[in-house]
Order: sequence, then structure tokens, then C-alpha cells
Amino acid sequence: MPALGADMEAGTLVEWLIKPGDKVKRGDVVAVVETQKGAIEVETFNEGIVSELVVPIGTKVPVGSLIARIGAPGEIAPERPVAAVPQPVPQPRPTPLPAAPPRPGRADVRITPAARRRASELGIDPATLSGTGVDGAVSIADVEAAARRPAAPTAPAAPLRRIGFNAAEMRKAIATAMGRSKREIPHYYLSQTIDLGAALAWLTAFNDAQPVPNRLLPAVILLKATALALREVPQLNGTYVDGEFRPGPGIHIGWAISLRGGGLVAPAILDADMRPLTELMAMMRDLVQRARAGGLRSSELGSATVTITSLGDRGAETVFGIIYPPQVALIGFGGIAVRPWVVDGRVEPRPLVTVSLAGDHRASDGHVGGLLLNAIERLLQEPEKL
Amino acid sequence: MSDVNARSMIVDILGGIAPEGDFATLSGDEDLREVLNLDSMDFMNFIVALHERTGIDIPEADYPKLRTLDGAIAYLAR
Repeated sequence: MPALGADMEAGTLVEWLIKPGDKVKRGDVVAVVETQKGAIEVETFNEGIVSELVVPIGTKVPVGSLIARIGAPGEIAPERPVAAVPQPVPQPRPTPLPAAPPRPGRADVRITPAARRRASELGIDPATLSGTGVDGAVSIADVEAAARRPAAPTAPAAPLRRIGFNAAEMRKAIATAMGRSKREIPHYYLSQTIDLGAALAWLTAFNDAQPVPNRLLPAVILLKATALALREVPQLNGTYVDGEFRPGPGIHIGWAISLRGGGLVAPAILDADMRPLTELMAMMRDLVQRARAGGLRSSELGSATVTITSLGDRGAETVFGIIYPPQVALIGFGGIAVRPWVVDGRVEPRPLVTVSLAGDHRASDGHVGGLLLNAIERLLQEPEKL
Repeated sequence: MSDVNARSMIVDILGGIAPEGDFATLSGDEDLREVLNLDSMDFMNFIVALHERTGIDIPEADYPKLRTLDGAIAYLAR
């Protein structure tokens, strides 16, 4: 059972997507686990042949427990645990493996939480539905249309336990992580106001030339500028564990997503500094969709090296963040608003954003934090280079 | 597109984005983002879905016209 963040102690296995004899490779989704953050798809870091599913469906097990065994192809009694911890395992096999067997399409179904509940009530497997909602998501209308159709030739699936998330459980997870942060982390705070005139003018011109689905939101520019700034100030990208700062293995940005009905989850966008804006935008849209529908993957939780929260266009002016342990920094962007600003000695109306940093004083000082905010400001003045 | 069809399509799309929204009491001149608590990403998904269902190319400069139910219906009727 992988640890999907600092606040997770246990998870309930709700679905196996593999069976003994199946071939799996690194990155395959092997199981669905219900956590306080909703249903999470667990990926394996091993490759080989599944020899045993140790944990039966419906069982709640602590983080670190063995849940299945995977052996190298040909092995009879392998002893290699699956994803006990979310660490890459060296791959000794040089020969390519055949593709993993197709697994049920369920993992790929986009479905709204309400539609998922309705499907569960009606005993309909969402994997059998085609969606007509946003991004092809299955909506309530799709579920009810399917329910009105004559019985399909296949037997009805068992009611699905994979629901979005439980708001009360989510609140407990937030309380655990934020309580720990406030107890353990001596925060310092900095903020800076940044002129987004150049960035938004560039964005408008870019979007004018793009079809509707390919357009960018200002948030993606803020994300990329922050990721690049963290390259220059790596002291703020990483974790504080066992009394020392450990630099992150890459710039893996936890992107805070607020959930309807309350709650917050911050899945990671891996290597955000190396991805073009259009790809980051597509990843953000996909993450938001899956965070809300309950389809996040284990590799996206617990792997972030820093978190960004962006309050969006109707948000408050400034956010004073709480660091998500064991990370050492949280960068927050308030809402963008047009306000007076001095440009070349004259007062002009400009679109401004306040960026804030909550830093862990055990790992860095305010001077380093200031370097990061300065770098973000500078990068946002040259949006064409992002 | 007729106003009735446009309204029904808009409500269907918004229902997928904000499943808990109360569409029976939604009035035509309210800001959808406020009433349905749509963030920037939600509103973008709304525009993308309108585009995909109608084929209408909606320039970004026109987004503010689509912030109310009445505004969106009028926009689709053009």
C-alpha cells in the first residue's frame, strides 16, 4: 500500500485491475484504493508476472503493507512486493516485455461524481457508457439514458464502490496534514506584487490564434514561471525529512485543486519546468477532471516537491499558504486584478497579481525566498520564453 | 439555434460541470460563475463544450458575453 501523501495512514482496497498470471510493467494501474482523498488508482513500479493478490477487496490496510506479489516472468515463487513504497525499483531485465494485457476500460472513464453515484445506484458500470459531457465525461443524463435502454446482453456489473470522495474524510486528511504543518514547520512569509501586463498581452495574442480547446489560462503561465524560477532557487524545491533538507529529484509541482463540496487535493505535475505551456495546460485540465471524479493515480500523490495554489480570477488578493509537509515551500497566487501601478514614472492601470511564499525556516531563509519571488517576476516579463 | 434548445444545451453542459447546481431557480441575468461557483477552469470547460456541440468559434474577447444564461442564449442565437 503506497503512501499517497503525508496525511495518509491506510487505504481500503476496492478493486483489483490485475489477476495472477497477468503481465505488468512499470506505470500500469493495478488496483483502486479508497483513501480520504477519494479513489486513487495505484500504479506499480515493478514489472513481471502477477503471482498473488495478497489483500482481498474491501480490506483496509496500513501504508507499507504488502498487497500483491509480482515476479519476473518465469519465476515460480517470487517475493517482490508491489508498490510497498512509491520508489522506483531498478529494472534488471534488459529485454522488452510484451504490452500489458488490456485491462477493463473503467480506469479511463471520465464521469462526473453525481453521475458516478447515480450509476452506482442503478448498478450500471460506467465503463460501458459513452459520455456526452465536458471532455467526453459521462453525465447523469448519459447514465439515465443507459438505464432506460433495454437490458444489455452482458450481466449487470456489481454496484461500483469507486465514488469520488467523501467530504468529511477529506476534511480529516486536510486537518491531519495542516495540523502537522503548523506544529512542526516554522513558516516565514514573503509576498510581492507583479505586473502581468506583458504576460496577459502575450496570452491574448496566443489564444487569438488558437482554436477554443487549445487556449491557455493565465494559471498555466504562473505555473511555468514558478517551475523555472525553482530551477534557479533549488533550495525551495524538495522535502525536509529526518532533520535535513533533501533536494527534489525534479521540479514536481503539486497543483492545489479545490473540490466541489469542499476539500482540496494537490496532485503533482512531474517535471513541470521541462514541459511546454500547451502540454501543461492539458495536464492541468486532466488533473482537475480526475481530481473531481476520483481518478488520481498513486504517482501523482506523494511525489510533489513543492506546491502552488492559484486562487483564480474570482479569488482573494493574497494567499498566506500553509506548507504541505514534508515539502519546504508553498507558492500562492492571488486573483489577477487591474490596479494602479507606476510605469516609467507614470501611474497606469495594470493587471497585477500578488505572489506569496510560505517557506520552511528549517530549510531556508527569507533571503532565498526573495530570490525566488524576484525570479518569478522576471520570468513573467518575458512570457514568450516560457 | 432556438432559445429553448440553447437553454437546454447550456443547462446540460453546466450540469456536468456543477452537478450540485440548482438550475430550476437559475435566473437569466445572474453571473453563472458566481451562482454556480465556477472557477477559471470550469468556465473554460463550459466554453469548450459550447464550441464542441455547436461548432461555433468563440473568440476569447467574447467570453464575457457568455457569463449569464441570457447572454449565452443570445450569443448562440446570432
